[in-house]
Amino acid sequence: MPDVPVLPELTEIVGAILLVSRQPVTVDRLVQVFKQTADRMGGAAKDYAAVTAADIEAAIEQLTRQLDTARAGWRVVRVAQGYRIESLAACGPWIRVFLERGRPQRLSAPALETLAIIAYRQPVTRAEIEAVRGVAVDQILRNLLDLQLIRVVGRSELPGRPWLFGTTQKFLEYFGLNSLDELPGVDELRRGADATSKASRPSTIPPAPTPAEEPVHESGTVAAED
Amino acid sequence: MNGEPMSSGNDYKVTLEVFEGPLDLLLYLIRKEEVNIYDIPIERITRQYMEYLSMMRMLDLSVAGEFLVMAATLMMIKSRMLLPPEERSETTEEEEAEDPRWDLVRRLVEYKKFKDAARRLEELERERCDVFTRAEEPLPSPASASAVSLHDVSLFDLLTAFQRALERIGPEDLGEIFAERYTLGEKIDQLLAILAERDQISLSELIAGMRSRHEVVVTFLALLELIRLQQLRAVQEQPFGEIWISRAVVEPTTLES
Repeated sequence: MPDVPVLPELTEIVGAILLVSRQPVTVDRLVQVFKQTADRMGGAAKDYAAVTAADIEAAIEQLTRQLDTARAGWRVVRVAQGYRIESLAACGPWIRVFLERGRPQRLSAPALETLAIIAYRQPVTRAEIEAVRGVAVDQILRNLLDLQLIRVVGRSELPGRPWLFGTTQKFLEYFGLNSLDELPGVDELRRGADATSKASRPSTIPPAPTPAEEPVHESGTVAAED
Repeated sequence: MNGEPMSSGNDYKVTLEVFEGPLDLLLYLIRKEEVNIYDIPIERITRQYMEYLSMMRMLDLSVAGEFLVMAATLMMIKSRMLLPPEERSETTEEEEAEDPRWDLVRRLVEYKKFKDAARRLEELERERCDVFTRAEEPLPSPASASAVSLHDVSLFDLLTAFQRALERIGPEDLGEIFAERYTLGEKIDQLLAILAERDQISLSELIAGMRSRHEVVVTFLALLELIRLQQLRAVQEQPFGEIWISRAVVEPTTLES
């Protein structure tokens, strides 16, 4: 049975795991790892057998602070329900030169709009998306599926049982979001108040002084009616 | 992907697919004309809408049928606006007659919310551009160029510039029309040559010397094609401002493709 001469700190182990992981690591997974290592290695590793989620959260918090004071150029962030290490945005230009990368590809406005409708209204059918955008979106949906930013999450009960689309974990990672609740303006745009709004919508145009530039805060609009 | 742009032959024809719809065009015109979305001057907006539609046809863009449906809708709203409110529709006496624009306004407002949300996603995306992780490339697929083209400037901004160029030239001699002196291949080569010599050129400078509508049309076709093929970029620093053309420096996808 191999002995571990000097037991590393919890923060060190967590930091090391985050460093080698290519995906965000969840707290649950880390708890599991400590337990499995204790089972397999025994000895000093057993000291960490009963590490809890709270212990790990505390360790990550400490690691975050340490990295910050050390000015390490990278940090730990919470994304897609897990943690991962990423470089500081301020260092981006140098990294890009080092990796010999040009301007990264970005999504077009129509693609982003389609993605926004899916993100806020999911699960959503193609017809519902097209009702909002007022134009066919099949090609864009194909591209977003290719990019794995969206996926088919099921089929609707509607006639013809159309596919329902939703966003993926990669979507969260791509935009650096921890969960869908972090989407900007999520409360206003999410499906919900819809059901009642049809009845309550005014029959004449309300006198609204809103200039076209301002974001419109108007509740009670309905997704599809065509 | 079609690979390199062709550089010879008159028969080379582009059909650019347009991913923007009629609601995008209307919201663009509402912003451009600085009119109230709740009180759209339907006559003026309809006229502009039709102009943009005809420019899109002139440039051989594959215009979705939805654009034509919307044109018909606008015409109908326009004619109903001419009627006195009590004669507009099948509404009963108690019910207040609906503004013929309301249905359209509702759709525009709804869509605009998502456009605003998309803009915030774009900000997040831009912030992420400078952040690196050990994960694979965030967007490795080069096969989806159509989802990622034309993001710096909207198609409608390019059409606005196109419209200005055509207005400047005005109606032309019949002689000009039959003298087809420019081919798309030549214009593509010419654009690439200009941008091999200098870093960027403004769109107004590019079309300043042009004398014929034909040349303007072919230049725009060449421009749209080169943007689509990600050879060139068009950037606009402020809304409705000057458009700058430069070479695109998109990474030649490092991962297996």
